[in-house]
Amino acid sequence: MKTSEEFIYDSARRGPVALEELRGIFRYRDLIFQLIRKDIVARYKRSVLGVAWTMLQPLGMMVILSVVFSTLFSQVKGYPAYILSGLIAWTFFSQATSAMMTQIVWGGALLRQIYVPRTSFAVSSIGTGLTNLGISFIPLVLIVLIIGLPLRWSILFVPVSMLLLGAFALGVGLIISTMSIYFPDVADMYNLVLTGWMYLTPIVYPETLIPEAYRYWFFHLNPMYYYVKIFRAPIFEGVLPDGDILIVATLISVTTLIIGWLFFSKRSDEFAYHL
Amino acid sequence: MIDSNKPSEDVIRIEGVSVLYRKPGERIRTFKEYAIRILQRRIQFKEFRALNDVNLQIQKGEIFGIVGNNGAGKSTLLKVVSRVLIPTEGRVWIKGVVTPLLELGAGFHPELTGRENIMLNGTILGHPRREIEEHMDEIIEFSELGDFIDSPLRTYSSGMYARLGFAAATTWEPDILLLDEVLSVGDESFRRKCEARMRGFRNGKTTSIMVSHSMESVMNLCQRVAWLDHGTVRAVGPAADIVAEYRKAQPGAGA
Repeated sequence: MKTSEEFIYDSARRGPVALEELRGIFRYRDLIFQLIRKDIVARYKRSVLGVAWTMLQPLGMMVILSVVFSTLFSQVKGYPAYILSGLIAWTFFSQATSAMMTQIVWGGALLRQIYVPRTSFAVSSIGTGLTNLGISFIPLVLIVLIIGLPLRWSILFVPVSMLLLGAFALGVGLIISTMSIYFPDVADMYNLVLTGWMYLTPIVYPETLIPEAYRYWFFHLNPMYYYVKIFRAPIFEGVLPDGDILIVATLISVTTLIIGWLFFSKRSDEFAYHL
Repeated sequence: MIDSNKPSEDVIRIEGVSVLYRKPGERIRTFKEYAIRILQRRIQFKEFRALNDVNLQIQKGEIFGIVGNNGAGKSTLLKVVSRVLIPTEGRVWIKGVVTPLLELGAGFHPELTGRENIMLNGTILGHPRREIEEHMDEIIEFSELGDFIDSPLRTYSSGMYARLGFAAATTWEPDILLLDEVLSVGDESFRRKCEARMRGFRNGKTTSIMVSHSMESVMNLCQRVAWLDHGTVRAVGPAADIVAEYRKAQPGAGA
């Protein structure tokens, strides 16, 4: 513990909070890992099926949605895989961002008593989400094989898609969890937003469903459209994502993450007064 | 600036610290309400001074006590030291890592076992994983949990929680230990064990600050004591003197 001796805190000489948080995340990386572990272990400890739930949940959704909609959208070849490839991206996004709001409440009891980087709870929620997303890949690959779609090398691109969506989700989550600290009803409003947002994104329906006249703007103004595309191309279509789509997705991810991080950090000194 | 060989080296300096809580005049709990109020321009903030121009120096190895009535700002002072609250005015300077003894249950998860929780709690206190593994057996032994250490925490009694928490926080000989009214939980024998451990810290590398309503523990453990009253320091000095003064000032003390 020699190094801790030299640690000096001076409230009059603090750097920018956003940078302090970034350094904190690195210094507390073992904490992030333990928080992810806590989430995953605690979720499965009392259930018989355990980790299998992570795989069964999107599968179940896929079965329901494909039975309900397959008569409507029979023109899509390999419809179950079409749904599933969009659905796991969406499920990751909605679960990770919602989890951040719950995590900051669990963490709130701590933040009132001890210093830890305040972004830890958001970062660990993304970590948990990415782990679950990785696990839900197993049923996806099985479905692709079962319905006879070719499994191509393009699937190796998926980790990049995960990283980009993870950055976007972290940015969005930081903004809404900051708001939910001040106003708890933001969590309810966000749930409603998520439901609407899901149906604006082509997850269960083909893009051709939207009349051609509005199609371009209808999709291109929706950030989730780009992420669904960069998941669906390598998994369902077996090709690398379109270059333009990939560039826009990257730009949205970077911008959202920076804005979210700055917004959260700027407010984070006040959290202890509100939690 | 600081000579580390001198025994009376400052590890905490609190200079002119004030904390202002800005509380909405009427509590606003929802975003909807907030939006309506903004439109009606009806938001008023009341300011509440939890700490007012507090100056304190605490030396390495001391056990420093804080006494005062409810609402005097004792817990707020600990929060300023633990970096949870950034002071509105003034400056806090701290040398070393601050370890607060967390409230019952905070930093633990009921579904994880005692062993898993020691790991979680240790990383919350800022220790690297490897260091926690090295101290694991020592913590388990001090907590006297025996076979329960591998059972989920939800099966523990509150005394067991407290023992695990104290063991996890103090086994490291933290640089600065903060105790907010926590020694009151747990049974008599465990409390004595905790007090013995804290006395072992005395004049060593660990500096402790304890807040307590139990004048016995304050007199037993602390060398110096500060008496807080409505956010200001009313007196600082040797434990026996300050406790006597504080007791005299209590309503009904002279009768």
